[in-house]
Amino acid sequence: MRTILLTDAAFDPAKLLTEMNKSASGAGAVASFTGLVRPASTEGEVTSLRLEAHPVLTLRGMNDAADAADKRWSLTDLTIVHRTGDIAVYDPIVFVAAASEHRRAALEAVDFLMDYLKTRAVFWKKETGPHVSRWIEPRTQDHSDFARWSSKEEA
Amino acid sequence: MIRILYFGKLADLAGTSQQQLSLPAHISDSEQVRTWLADTLPFGDALRDPVVRIAVNDELHPDQHPVTDGDEVAFLPPVGGG
Repeated sequence: MRTILLTDAAFDPAKLLTEMNKSASGAGAVASFTGLVRPASTEGEVTSLRLEAHPVLTLRGMNDAADAADKRWSLTDLTIVHRTGDIAVYDPIVFVAAASEHRRAALEAVDFLMDYLKTRAVFWKKETGPHVSRWIEPRTQDHSDFARWSSKEEA
Repeated sequence: MIRILYFGKLADLAGTSQQQLSLPAHISDSEQVRTWLADTLPFGDALRDPVVRIAVNDELHPDQHPVTDGDEVAFLPPVGGG
């Protein structure tokens, strides 16, 4: 089962994980990742993160990411939830989970999907704080993380 | 008329996230739209920067793409989610 959700409402990663555990059909392994708003950046204290999306391209890209993961790994279930709008510090921004028969596929799929979302997904992020107001671009590390998957053989 | 969408820092620079504009007669593709807007609005070099991608009617194209009346042109600065 595939769940792809783009929402401006707060979501509960724990609930999403419980649903995945319950619905994972025949899978012995469930892996997940949750991204939270950090309280500080290189520029100073951050009080909120603004996430902007494109009305069509963003969701389409999230589905493309899921398609790419499905091609590489044998997954029984996949969930990607990404929030938009103004998100407070410590609150969840993104949740990714995958289920597979054995753990390697689930762990790698989650890693891959996060690398994809960090570098290719159509979002724009702005950090704001008392002395900070800046649009964030992917780090060099994000790009080299994603490049790992091109050199690995597809499963 | 064409509709222009600005995202991320481009909306900050333009002072708006969308515009409805009459397409000038001499402009017929997305790169010409980019140059025209870069010349007329206070983007500095930000809009001209080739990392800014252009979507015409919700489709990204690697190179310039024809633009006609009724189209929507979106300018997308570097992306990153998560």
